[in-house]
Amino acid sequence: MNRANERYKERISNLKTEEMVLNMGPQHPSTHGVLRLELITDGEIVVDVIPHIGYLHRCFEKHCESLSYPQIIPYTDRMDYMASMNNNHAFVMGVEHMLGIDNDIPKRVEYIRVLVCELNRIASHLIAIGTYGIDIGAFTPFLWCFRDREYIMNMLEWASGARMLYNYIWVGGLFYDLPVGFEERCTEFVEYFRPKMVELNELLTNNRIFIDRTANVGVLPLDVAINYGCSGPVLRGSGIKYDLRRVDNYSVYPEIDFEIPCGTGQMGKVGDCWDRYKVRVDEVEQSLRIIEQCLERLKKELKRGPDFDPRAKLPRKCTPKAQDFYVRAENPKGELGFYFIADGRTEIPFRVKSRGPSFNNLSVLPEISRGVMIADIVAILGSIDIVLGEVDR
Amino acid sequence: MTFQEIKNLLIEKFGTEVLIAEQNEGLQPALVINPEFINKVCFELRDNSNTYFDFLSNLSGIDYGIDKNKIGVVYHLSSIPYNTQLTLKVEKEFDRNSAILPSFPTVSDVWRTADWHEREAYDLLGIDFKGHPDLRRILLPDDWEGYPLRKDYKTAETYKGIKIDY
Repeated sequence: MNRANERYKERISNLKTEEMVLNMGPQHPSTHGVLRLELITDGEIVVDVIPHIGYLHRCFEKHCESLSYPQIIPYTDRMDYMASMNNNHAFVMGVEHMLGIDNDIPKRVEYIRVLVCELNRIASHLIAIGTYGIDIGAFTPFLWCFRDREYIMNMLEWASGARMLYNYIWVGGLFYDLPVGFEERCTEFVEYFRPKMVELNELLTNNRIFIDRTANVGVLPLDVAINYGCSGPVLRGSGIKYDLRRVDNYSVYPEIDFEIPCGTGQMGKVGDCWDRYKVRVDEVEQSLRIIEQCLERLKKELKRGPDFDPRAKLPRKCTPKAQDFYVRAENPKGELGFYFIADGRTEIPFRVKSRGPSFNNLSVLPEISRGVMIADIVAILGSIDIVLGEVDR
Repeated sequence: MTFQEIKNLLIEKFGTEVLIAEQNEGLQPALVINPEFINKVCFELRDNSNTYFDFLSNLSGIDYGIDKNKIGVVYHLSSIPYNTQLTLKVEKEFDRNSAILPSFPTVSDVWRTADWHEREAYDLLGIDFKGHPDLRRILLPDDWEGYPLRKDYKTAETYKGIKIDY
């Protein structure tokens, strides 16, 4: 009997824990695309995460070596395909600066650009919010978000002809003016959508289960966020009011009144998943305010006239002087940058390098997910809100 | 701090050999730094309380063309508290056909952002970053041959014996 007991105890005490490699993705729904996370796990605890990217690499920068500037715009659509308008806007701003026509753009064109960009920002944040809910296990908000996003998609399709990949903002102008009646329908949308956000907050933001899953999880301290080059809601979630729309004051944003939401640690620590999520919810609110102000001006002093031509300032030849230029703009996901080198002889850029916000935001994932549970990896990844089209380019 | 003040600060701190050239023609002036100093310069610019470039916006590897035979890296620094931007460049001549890759010191210990950006530059342009903790290919598969963003890159005709139709 004693001998048996000893044998049993020996067996139990000599058990060893072993690290196991677990592949999450590239076809895992919670990785929001074709991202593969190699998890090194000790039981249910994540010891380390190694992200593997590149499954969606489409050689954006190589393509740019043989396309002229206006031809690249559709390619930028496909980077962050949740917010194509914002990509177009950033790219076009860069080219306009290099051509030196950035001050000649008509006010109406600029306001339309900001209007469609903010609409697209709401659409992008709705996806982020909705899919975040589904990552955590709340199915209904996902359907509600997609229902409201569809409204925006329809409007942007009406303006540009395409549902997601618009190619609407052109160097020096726009593809077309807004269709007649767009402003009115947009106002209707804002009126319809405001109460929906209240509903969504009741359902998800202040939901006890949701808060328990996200508060105090994946805390990203501010210094780490800055050192890893995080930007957008991920950086602001860590408690800094840093928004390039205000910092750089590009386009007509200086004329528009809006707030910059940032993480406050309302439910837990500053910089946790809930804070990042909340920044997006608040930004939707601010985007609605921006849209209202744009509509106000577009309906009054910048009304459409018979002689208004959104293509009037389109450059005949898109050949910037030989120089290099870095442009940055605030996308829904963060700082989108393009670095151009123009040779001054052709319409084709010598080199275009793009700095995707998701690429940098994703790189912080291993840092903040060591020692968490596997289920929390999903919560952290969802709160970073990456889009693989932009990570891989 | 203005561009000139930053330039003077660097010369004062590291001597005149730190600066190779100054590019003022474009909209954004740039400093061409001696590659040996780039890591120290970046640490100085980040930690000096007057410059405080705490945010690395972008890091791009550039192949300056077959005729120039130069390869380089461009750093776009940004300071959040001061709201300033700065462009630094390093470049050197290199032998395209050599198996030894052109090498620059890493800045991934200054800003962790540089980690993935340097991996990307290694992946697409074949730049070796000395001191980088994890220099693997990032966007392309591990068995990829060649560096696609080099100006002399020829697209492969076969992949592991399988003909590729374009």
